Amino acid sequence: MTPPAAAAPTPAPAASSSGANTAVAGSGQPLRLDNALALLRQAGQAQPAGVAGSPAYLQALIDQLVDLSSRDPLTGLANRRSFELALTREVDRVARSGESALLLMVDIDHFKRVNDNHGHAAGDQVIRAVAQALTDSVRPMDLTARIGGEEFAVLLPNCPVAFGPQVAARVRQRVAGAAVSLPLDGQQVSVTVSVGGAFAPQWVRSSAAIWLQRADSQLYRAKAEGRDRVCLEQSATLDVSAQERELLLGGPPIRESE
Amino acid sequence: MTARVTAVTSGKGGVGKTFTTANLAAALARAGQRVLVLDADLGLANLDVVLNLAARVTLHDVFTGRATLDAALQHAPGGFSVLLAGSGLVEYSRMTPEVSDKLLDVMAQVRPRFDHILLDTGAGISDVVLFTVSLADEVLVVATPEPTSLTDAYATIKVLATTQPARPMRLLVNQTQRQGEGRSVRDQLQQVIDRFVNGALAAPLQLALLGEVPHDSAVRTSILRRQLLLETVPGCPAALALSAAAARLLPP
Repeated sequence: MTPPAAAAPTPAPAASSSGANTAVAGSGQPLRLDNALALLRQAGQAQPAGVAGSPAYLQALIDQLVDLSSRDPLTGLANRRSFELALTREVDRVARSGESALLLMVDIDHFKRVNDNHGHAAGDQVIRAVAQALTDSVRPMDLTARIGGEEFAVLLPNCPVAFGPQVAARVRQRVAGAAVSLPLDGQQVSVTVSVGGAFAPQWVRSSAAIWLQRADSQLYRAKAEGRDRVCLEQSATLDVSAQERELLLGGPPIRESE
Repeated sequence: MTARVTAVTSGKGGVGKTFTTANLAAALARAGQRVLVLDADLGLANLDVVLNLAARVTLHDVFTGRATLDAALQHAPGGFSVLLAGSGLVEYSRMTPEVSDKLLDVMAQVRPRFDHILLDTGAGISDVVLFTVSLADEVLVVATPEPTSLTDAYATIKVLATTQPARPMRLLVNQTQRQGEGRSVRDQLQQVIDRFVNGALAAPLQLALLGEVPHDSAVRTSILRRQLLLETVPGCPAALALSAAAARLLPP
C-alpha cells in the first residue's frame, strides 16, 4: 500500500480537452479520465499501463480505483465500505461451513487528549501507529480496517473460539507497547485501546450489521468497565477437550474439527 | 390433549437433520398421528426445499401479523402439516424477547391441535437453537458416525444436559455403513457422557438409541427429486429404518 501524500488541494474538475489523458473508447466517444488519473497521482499510484482507452488500460484503471475506494487514505487499511463487504461474505460462509470467525472492534482510549495536547498531526501519527500495531498483531489472512475516526475493526476468519481471548489480548498489548515519538518535540506518545469481540453465529444465517452490533456492544462494555481491556461476548461453545475427544473417537485425535 | 413436542437437532450441519425430520413426520402420519413439522431453523430454513413446497405464507408473516397461523399451516406431501420459516428471517438469527414471545405464542396455539410436533431446529448451539430445543418434551440428536459429527453431537448433548432441564434424549445415527454401527456410536457417546458430564448432573443422562439409518443410494435420489423417501422408495433399507425409528417415537 502506498503512503498518502501530504494534504494537497483537491484537483480542479477536469477541463482539458486535449493532452495525454484524453482517451477515446471503442465507441469513438471521448473518455473523461482526468479526475480518475489525478486521484491516482494524488495517491502516489502509477498510471495504468497500456494504450490509453484500450480495454486493458481501462480495466487496470478500474482496478486501481477500486483499490483506492476500498482503503482508508490515512492508514492504508481497509475502509468501512470494503470491510462491511468482507464481513457480509464471511457471515454467509460461516452460516454453512460452521467455521468460527471472530470480529474485534478496537477503539483508541482518550484519543481526544492526544489531539488536544499534541495537535492533529500527532493524532494522525498515532492513528497510523495503531494501524501498524494491529496489522502486526494478527495473521496475514486477517482483515484490519479503520472504520471510524479512532475506531478499527479486525476480521479473523477460521479463529477457534478457544483462541479468542488470547488473540484479542495480543492485539491490545501490541498497541499498548507501541510508542510514537513526535517529530516536533521528540515526545513519546503511547495510547491504549479497548477491544470488544464477538464470534459469528455458526450454522445460522445472520447479517454483518448484527455481527457488528454484537461486537460493538462488547466494545461499549470494555469502555464502561474502565478501558484498556478486552471484552468478548460469552456464547455457549461447542468445546470438547482433548481427553473427551480421545475417549469419544477411541484414540488420539486424527483431525481437528475446527 | 396436547401434542408431544420433539426437538430434532444436530451439533453439525449437513448430517441429514431436515431430511430425517420430514421422513419421521411422514411415518408418524402414516401411523395415524396428526403431525406438525415446525421449521425452527429460523436463520437457515430449508424444509421448504426438502419438501418442494412454496413458502407462500411463513412463520415470518405470522410473527409480523401479516397472516394468521391458520393461513401459514400448510399440508405437506407426507400427510402432515408444516409451518415454514421462509427466508427473510435474518432478524431472527438472534434470540430476542420479541422472538421468544412470538414462538411461545405459536407453540401454545398449535399444541392442542396436533398429536406430535417435530421442531426442526438449526444445527449448532446458537441461542435460537438452545431456545427452540428448550420448548420440547424430548430431544432427538441426529448424527453420522463421522468424527466431526460425533464430536459436535457430543458437545451439543453436553451443553443441553448442563444448561437445560433433564428430558429424554435420543440419538438417531444416520448414514451408517454396517449393521450395529448406531449402537456402537451410542455406546461410545454414553461412555464419554458418563465420564465427563454425568458427574455434574443430579440425574445422570442416559442417551437412548432411536435407530440407525443405513447409507442408502435411494436417499440421494429422493433428495435430488425433492420428494420424501417414504413416498418414493418406501421399501428401501433407509425408509424401513426411518419407519422403525418413528414407531419408537409413538407414545407407549
